[in-house]
Amino acid sequence: MKSEQSQKRKILVCCGPGCLAVGGREILQELRTKVAEAGADIKVEPVIKGTGCHGLCEQGPIVRFLPEDISYCRVNLADIDEIISQTVLQQKVVERLLFTDALTGRRVSSQSENSFYKKQLKIALRNTGEIDPLNLDDYLERDGYRALAKVFSQMDPGAVIAEVEQSGLRGRGGAGFPTGLKWRQCARVDNFPKYVICNADEGDPGAFMDRSIIEGDPHSVIEGMVIGAYAVKAHRGFIYIRDEYALAVKTMLEAIRQAEARGYLGRNILDSGFDFSLEVVRGGGAFVCGESSALMASIEGRVGEPRAKYIRSVERGLWDQPTVLNNVETWANIPPIILRGGEWFNRIGSEKSKGTKVFSLVGKVKNTGLVEVPMGISLRELIFDIGGGILNDREFKAVQTGGPSGGCIPADMLDLKVDFDSLAAADSMMGSGGMIVMDERTCMVDTARYYIDFLTEESCGKCSPCREGLKRMREILNDICSGSSRPGDIEILEEIAGMVRESSLCGLGKTAPNPILSTIKYFRDEYDEHVNKKRCPAGICRELTTFIINSEECNGCGLCKKNCPAEAISGESKAPHVIDLSRCTKCGNCIELCRFNAITVK
Amino acid sequence: MSAIKLTIDGRPVEVEPGTTILEAARKLGIDIPTFCHDPELAPNGACRICVVEVERARALVASCCAPVAPDMVVHTESERVVKARKAILRLILANHPLDCITCEKTGQCKLQDYCYRYGISESDFEGEVKELPLDDTNPFYIRDMNKCILCGRCVGRCQEINGAGAIDFIGRGFSTIVGPAFGDPIEESSCVFCGMCVDVCPVGALIPKAGVGKGRPWEVEKVKTICPYCGTGCSIYLHVKDGRIIGASPDFEGPVNRGHLCSKGRFGWDFVHSEERLTRPLIKKDGVFVEASWDEALDLVAEKVRDLLNRYGPDSLMGLSSAKTSNEDNYLFQKLMRSLGTNNVDHCARL
Repeated sequence: MKSEQSQKRKILVCCGPGCLAVGGREILQELRTKVAEAGADIKVEPVIKGTGCHGLCEQGPIVRFLPEDISYCRVNLADIDEIISQTVLQQKVVERLLFTDALTGRRVSSQSENSFYKKQLKIALRNTGEIDPLNLDDYLERDGYRALAKVFSQMDPGAVIAEVEQSGLRGRGGAGFPTGLKWRQCARVDNFPKYVICNADEGDPGAFMDRSIIEGDPHSVIEGMVIGAYAVKAHRGFIYIRDEYALAVKTMLEAIRQAEARGYLGRNILDSGFDFSLEVVRGGGAFVCGESSALMASIEGRVGEPRAKYIRSVERGLWDQPTVLNNVETWANIPPIILRGGEWFNRIGSEKSKGTKVFSLVGKVKNTGLVEVPMGISLRELIFDIGGGILNDREFKAVQTGGPSGGCIPADMLDLKVDFDSLAAADSMMGSGGMIVMDERTCMVDTARYYIDFLTEESCGKCSPCREGLKRMREILNDICSGSSRPGDIEILEEIAGMVRESSLCGLGKTAPNPILSTIKYFRDEYDEHVNKKRCPAGICRELTTFIINSEECNGCGLCKKNCPAEAISGESKAPHVIDLSRCTKCGNCIELCRFNAITVK
Repeated sequence: MSAIKLTIDGRPVEVEPGTTILEAARKLGIDIPTFCHDPELAPNGACRICVVEVERARALVASCCAPVAPDMVVHTESERVVKARKAILRLILANHPLDCITCEKTGQCKLQDYCYRYGISESDFEGEVKELPLDDTNPFYIRDMNKCILCGRCVGRCQEINGAGAIDFIGRGFSTIVGPAFGDPIEESSCVFCGMCVDVCPVGALIPKAGVGKGRPWEVEKVKTICPYCGTGCSIYLHVKDGRIIGASPDFEGPVNRGHLCSKGRFGWDFVHSEERLTRPLIKKDGVFVEASWDEALDLVAEKVRDLLNRYGPDSLMGLSSAKTSNEDNYLFQKLMRSLGTNNVDHCARL
């Protein structure tokens, strides 16, 4: 265990969304109280901080000790006394609280030994989990606002844009438009005032990248935005945060207040003569408001609907003025690019996708959480090395990337590189960074239906292809999943999906058919079985599922019988069991629980 | 800026920068279907029926919004375009009543026309269909939102041209409807019943009440005239069948109003066939109006005018004409007054 006397002792308690949900705040309070009580016996009393997300959300609440670099997971209030007596007072490790590495099966104490963190590279998340988001000094300690100082003292707006262009940074909101080019296009327009906007309307199911950055490191976003504003000569900016993100709103408002008080926002920032004010706008919760033109309409106070985009927002955006809109993660990448140089950033990542990307890795994967990896890493590395593989060691079936409008990538493409162009070539997309892992117990038709359900609800209704097309595609998918489909339904789905993709007004509609098109492309057999054989091979669609117990495999352990909510399973101990199909509700408990693969879908 | 040269359906065309593909195509006489396009409104791009194929563009392009670009090559009826339009029409039709036999709009319904053009006779989707109550409590027009295809022209006209802002889109996605706030009936909204929404509705969602059941569009003769109400002089068409007016609509080419009209010009023609309307002159005798012949009445007026002229001179006369007569009549009237030697002539619309 390394111990550097010069380094201050710190206890970092994760207060990211995942850990808060399982009591992170209470752990923080209790530690503060107990450490203070034990204060007299400690040589150096540690600083205890509530931080943003540490990434390994599935194992929360997470408590980390520095400089020893010990991380405890799933910490309970009952564990605190032991933590105080062992780790705080004696710098000893409490073995049972250590994280068990999914790859090696061994307990590891530090993040550097943990394979979840090994292949990660944190740029956008450089401070998240390391600092107290509400403490500006923490941010300053880690090079905070130094990029801004550098910009004001050494760079003119053109040089800033050139640096960002050189970095190769592309928009992290999903479309991957080159950020430097966007800024240059806006800077070129001789029309004032101009605006900069941060899109924090993160709405993909299962995505929490942007909120984690705002909740864990709000000043990096502010700093990025001031730099961007300076580059395009804007003096007013907006951060559009969806209102469901109460903590993100609160944290950002407080960060703005602090930045104003210390002269990083407002008039004459850092004595540069440059003025910039920043406001938080709370979004009403419509998914489509994450689309840039709908978002701007919403800020203007109009209905959040997209507009035809033949006029680019860099020329006529918010209130018809030139506007640069970037996503949270894009803005958070700016300060390190300025500070370390575009060339440094450009060396990271793949040929056409530079830098890193933050993903929320969720679904049927062992290590669920927030990860940041260099572009170009393979899906296999992401899911099996960082993610630790599939939960309960089941078979990997597909990974859904790109949010609800993304696509599902099958097992034989696991070596696909994760970057903008490779994912798009595989009929999926990068999106904002949602990554949902699915195992063999996932029905791909049902998965497509889930996303189409979501998108149908979120379609604004302005253009007819998206409004009417999604509705009918949803109805056809419902038919397929409930056994009332007709031959030819798959072809109709393909036809409508193709038209919606080609003809819709905005990005939501244009990408909405992706869940259908990509699942049909890679899992057409499964659709065929649903339609032609009225069978759901994954055993998910109830009307199309019949579970049976294979008497040769069943050893009569009784686990399924014990857990069957419908009391549909019978059998003597140590003898093969049977399912009474008239009582079976097809909940799937039995097949989930059986350790001998004795239960199958007929 | 110099003109932009492009090719549409193999034909070269030159247009001003900023022209949309749709406008350029129309210049060539190429008919691209549209539902939501309205030359007087901001480009909307909602219905997507006007999509065209632009070479080297990834997706189809809404021609009503997309500006032309140099050397652009556009195909307005390619296989890809037709396929998309057919799918859009089938989808719209799936959620649209098929009561064309009795629909007032039959014969001038764009949905009907385009379905005919692309050979769509029925919809192959058996899903949910809108079932909304009819809003017909106001005296002027019926709002049947089951027929609405959400093109938004009514909303645009109401907000951008009239400024009343009585209607807007409510809800989202498939459940979107057009209506006044809080689902109130239209007469409780800020609607001023100008009827401009009715004029631009491409389908039978907005139907003038007075003409219901009185004639099919092709049976109606449209007589161009000037609105008789105020001094603005809007050009209108009276819809006439069997010698009776059954409706009115604005003249979109009219130099004064260009398709704009107010509630009087649009709906206020029922006085023409009113039973209470005066059809013969009345002369007051002993304090009571008594019917008289035209000769009798004109003789009386001539006699009185001559008497006044002789006794007090021409400026003792004053002529006041009616706004309900035509401009031509009013012209003749002032000519008459001036020939009598006076400039004292006025018109009730100035009062």
